[in-house]
Amino acid sequence: MAGNALRSTLSRVLGAVKSQTQPRTFSRGVHTVTLIPGDGIGPEISTAVMKIFEAAKVPIQWEERNVTAIKGPGGKWMIPPEAKESMDRSKIGLKGPLKTPIAAGHPSMNLLLRKTFDLYANVRPCVSIEGYKTPYTDVDLVTIRENTEGEYSGIEHVIVDGVVQSIKLITEQASRRIAEYAFEYARNNQRSSVTAVHKANIMRMSDGLFLRKCREVAENYKDVKFTEMYLDTVCLNMVQDPTQFDVLVMPNLYGDILSDLCAGLIGGLGVTPSGNIGANGVAIFESVHGTAPDIAGKDLANPTALLLSAVMMLRHMGLHADAKKIETACYDTIRDKKVLTKDLGGNSKCSEFTTEICRRVQDMD
Amino acid sequence: AVLSLTNARTSVTSGLVGHAAKVIGVATSKQREKCTYTGQIIPPPARYGGRHTVTLIPGDGIGPELLNHVRELFRFSCVPLDFEVVNINSSITSEDDINNAITAIRRNGVALKGNLETNHTLPPSHKSRNNVLRTGLDLYANVMRCQSLPGVQTRHKNIDIIIIRENTEGEYSSLEHESVPGVVESLKIITRNNSLRIADYAFQLAREKGRRRVTAVHKANIMKLADGLFLECCREVASGYPDIAFDSMIVDNTTMQLVSKPHQFDVMVMPNLYGNVVSNVCAGLVGGPGLVPGANYGRNYAVFETATRNTGKSIAGRNIANPTAMLLASCLMLDHLKLHDYASMIRNAVFATMNESLLHTPDIGGQGTTSEMVQSVMRNIKSSGPLTTEL
Repeated sequence: MAGNALRSTLSRVLGAVKSQTQPRTFSRGVHTVTLIPGDGIGPEISTAVMKIFEAAKVPIQWEERNVTAIKGPGGKWMIPPEAKESMDRSKIGLKGPLKTPIAAGHPSMNLLLRKTFDLYANVRPCVSIEGYKTPYTDVDLVTIRENTEGEYSGIEHVIVDGVVQSIKLITEQASRRIAEYAFEYARNNQRSSVTAVHKANIMRMSDGLFLRKCREVAENYKDVKFTEMYLDTVCLNMVQDPTQFDVLVMPNLYGDILSDLCAGLIGGLGVTPSGNIGANGVAIFESVHGTAPDIAGKDLANPTALLLSAVMMLRHMGLHADAKKIETACYDTIRDKKVLTKDLGGNSKCSEFTTEICRRVQDMD
Repeated sequence: AVLSLTNARTSVTSGLVGHAAKVIGVATSKQREKCTYTGQIIPPPARYGGRHTVTLIPGDGIGPELLNHVRELFRFSCVPLDFEVVNINSSITSEDDINNAITAIRRNGVALKGNLETNHTLPPSHKSRNNVLRTGLDLYANVMRCQSLPGVQTRHKNIDIIIIRENTEGEYSSLEHESVPGVVESLKIITRNNSLRIADYAFQLAREKGRRRVTAVHKANIMKLADGLFLECCREVASGYPDIAFDSMIVDNTTMQLVSKPHQFDVMVMPNLYGNVVSNVCAGLVGGPGLVPGANYGRNYAVFETATRNTGKSIAGRNIANPTAMLLASCLMLDHLKLHDYASMIRNAVFATMNESLLHTPDIGGQGTTSEMVQSVMRNIKSSGPLTTEL
């Protein structure tokens, strides 16, 4: 019993030390962040975010980069070397929506970025926004999705004509990595429980491996409660009572479906932030909505998703005070309902919405 | 020649002896193989004087108590049905129990079952018993109708979605192997035959029920070959049904739309795993797992159960389970056996009971018990007129 207490204190100290070594180096001076505006409404919402950060006097210096795919030596598609070099230096990125080319010959940009920086965890916190009413209130959960393997491995074969097989890959290493990230996140953000979502009754070996790794990692984090739940039970309960969930960790496909389900609960992709965490300390925060080419350039876009992702980025970097300031300003503006963009139910312009948030931020100082 | 002779005999004697004649005529099993699609399936042969025999699998958790209530209700309402009970012990690894059950269902043609628990800490050779039943009998279509009940409080009102889910292949093929230590591969199989079959079933059902649109749910942007094949098959079948609109939607967008705007959906068809997710989301939208019945149809057999297939271990034995799903599933079974009068009588009684919020069980926000609800259903049946036995 004493041994357990010693072990858990030790792990807690080690955990604290580990989290210290990561973003604490950013606590002084101006940090550089690679900004990828994206396509469509990307540039205008990026400008909005930059303006708000300036008004809040956040110590961040932006480096704008373009990530249109180019063909590197050897014929392989890759992102431009300036973009890669900038990201490797700054380690933090903020990305707007990217156009998915239909017949451009190269894979989607998101996939390229994921492969280049080994972005293994996709984190999506879903919090109900006061002022933007949905049938679901008091949602406050985080979905952490394994982003590299699982059902999206892309390995498919035609066995005989009319029979296709698609392979779902689960590895010990990736499962352990995502479980560790999930528990670290829970600890760093004062979350009380982590739930592993699986379908081990049917996919005994693959989801069974994922579950075993989660259980093993849970042993090192005794301060966080660990539960396991079947995917169908989670879906059923999520739609009836989303308040019972806290942090959810799961393989790729279930994560894709569940994270979009949770985004739907709070109001859609236009108000949902998202972050991708990679190996080597790289993290790219992004808005997950589309490029909306029909309203591009008309000053009608809603910058909330990108702004909340930027707030997530500030928290990741340790700038909690600035994050809270901007987040409160944003929520207050939406709650007041006086200046809202069209998709939130108002008829103001993007610039007016931005100015209002800037004003609130400056008033808070 | 044999068939025409029996047909002639049936037509002559049917006027005189009614049901009993049908028994003689249908003695040859040829008629059962003539079943094609919904509505044209010849009911299984009724033996022993017009009474049907149905296999009953109690299952685990709340299954046994709910099915006891169903039996009690059927006895009370004088439904001409006998149950052949087959118990399956889901914790032992021997396959004899499940094989006996499959044989019994082959014999009777129809079954009503509770969910069988799967212990997922056992090795992969011990497959999920429910899955073995479905694949063994080739019950390829799982049909679930999510309908908002007027007496139940939900966030969205007036939902009426039919979900048709491929029930035998896809991600549930149970084909897994560890190629290298620490790396597990699980195969998802999609075949052209099964995809065509389920798409055809969906469109036939939509036409029969007067529905306007069928939506295929897929993830073909990522799984280009597998879900691409499924989508292609759906499109092929859709071209043969010009009166029904067809569109497709990616599964993550589908779940997002379901929680914000569920009324845009009519009939949905999809492979196995997405069917699991979408059917649970829809069941949650209309009020929970205790309200929705489900049916598994194959070419020759049909098995009825609750739609979300929960064992309900935590509420077993406490008399608080919601019997609605199981009772409505038994009504679906009666419809399948062409006992429509009994089916509508029980269904109307259940709906009338659901309107009284005092009787609601805890899962839908009330404090009633299972037995109180069943008693109320029986009272409603008694007051609606037909012959009943003593309570």
